Amino acid sequence: MREVFADALLIAAKDLRIEARSRVLVNQVAPFALLVLVLFGFALDADQRTLRTFAPGLLWVAVLLASLLAVQRSTSLEHADGAHTGLRLSGMAPSSVFLGKAAAVFVQLAVLEVLLVVGIVVLYGSTVEDPLLLVVSGLAAGVSVAATGTLYGALASGLGVRETLLPILLLPVLAPVLIGATRAFDDALGAAAVDGWAWLGLLVVFGLVATVLGALAHGALIED
Amino acid sequence: MTGRRDTTGSAGSRLLGVSALVGVAVLLLFAFVLTDPDVRVHPTTGEEFGQFDAVRLLYLHVPMAVLTYAAYILCAAASVGYLVRRTPWWDVTAYAAAEVGTVFCGLVLVTGSIWGRPVWNTWWEWGDVRLMTTLVLFLLFLGYLALRRTTVDPRHQARRAAVVALVAVLDIPLVNRSVEWWENRTLHQQSTLAELKIQDLTLFTLMLGFVVFGLVGAWLLLHRFRVGWLEQAAAEHGVAMAIAERHAELDMPDVDAAVGDAGDGP
Repeated sequence: MREVFADALLIAAKDLRIEARSRVLVNQVAPFALLVLVLFGFALDADQRTLRTFAPGLLWVAVLLASLLAVQRSTSLEHADGAHTGLRLSGMAPSSVFLGKAAAVFVQLAVLEVLLVVGIVVLYGSTVEDPLLLVVSGLAAGVSVAATGTLYGALASGLGVRETLLPILLLPVLAPVLIGATRAFDDALGAAAVDGWAWLGLLVVFGLVATVLGALAHGALIED
Repeated sequence: MTGRRDTTGSAGSRLLGVSALVGVAVLLLFAFVLTDPDVRVHPTTGEEFGQFDAVRLLYLHVPMAVLTYAAYILCAAASVGYLVRRTPWWDVTAYAAAEVGTVFCGLVLVTGSIWGRPVWNTWWEWGDVRLMTTLVLFLLFLGYLALRRTTVDPRHQARRAAVVALVAVLDIPLVNRSVEWWENRTLHQQSTLAELKIQDLTLFTLMLGFVVFGLVGAWLLLHRFRVGWLEQAAAEHGVAMAIAERHAELDMPDVDAAVGDAGDGP
């Protein structure tokens, strides 16, 4: 068990090192996510009050769209130059590979979420009323998206149509996360009177199920 | 190929098909002609209220919804079967069930929407739990069918599809829960059937609906399974034929033709 986590750390460190050197997240995915926030501003007629009311939902739609890019990037790392063959020859358990890759995506999503929260505070005029709930639900939703995304990324990898297939496979599955995270942020940002902590429970359950299922199923997906 | 059947029909499936067809005709007769519309009279004001003729759609809508869920459960069970046994039988069953389920899921959404227009006064209600859950289920399985249509090694595809089906089915309780909390209200008729004046004919028509759609579902599933099975056999046959051709080329007496001109003229 310990070995599984040690290997997962190695994989996560590898993916994050690649990101630190290639800066795809910083140069492409993060600006895209901010761009989505700006587009919502245009689409909703730059009405600050409307934007503030719907800021949590808009933020999470931006996170989901950006997560598609992050997952695709994470999968294509292994696809280029047959890296996945090397990974399989390394003798690491498929569950370690899954946990490592999901952890790396999670770290990147967490950075994106911080950036987007700053984005809605500056652009939409949102205020943070419950920082603890904001952080905890952001982390739980991040785990859910990263784990599900990594599982589906592996599923669509190697297919000629993976760029178009991934969104239609992944986004419906993440519907509960979108609803739960939006409602939790509604509470944390004071956008609506709901009990955000109850929604956190849903996010935690989703995150756990997705992580365990992904770790179990990854072996079946990458074996040849 | 003499003596080989060139259809997916058999005596049993023809009987099933004819009974399903007759059943649909009888069901339509009962649902649209013989049963009464749902008209109730308010005890104090004496005003007429109820679902009127729209209630007739429920004789189709409810059995189709049940059939949809049954097909998706079968798909999930067959997917587990595939992951355990790894035989094509389970894979073809899962694919057939998913396809039949998705067709009926689409019909459930359409008939529900048509029914909702006069009764709820809206084509679509965002706050309704069952509506949203069914829509997400439909979208999840559209993704499943899209994955099924990609061209990869059949065994890889079967594994991936099995995982997608399982995730979809596990996701559904969470979708249901989240939508329920989301608005914490539901328009959906928890008790449409209990609230209706359940006359013998109403109840009979509804039960007939379950039986008829059960037959239709079984008939579609059987044929879809047979087509899937033949597709699989055809793919394997194609590979076997290609291998046999290569072998035949090597066995040809004209070695020059097989290995190319060796420069040894007549």
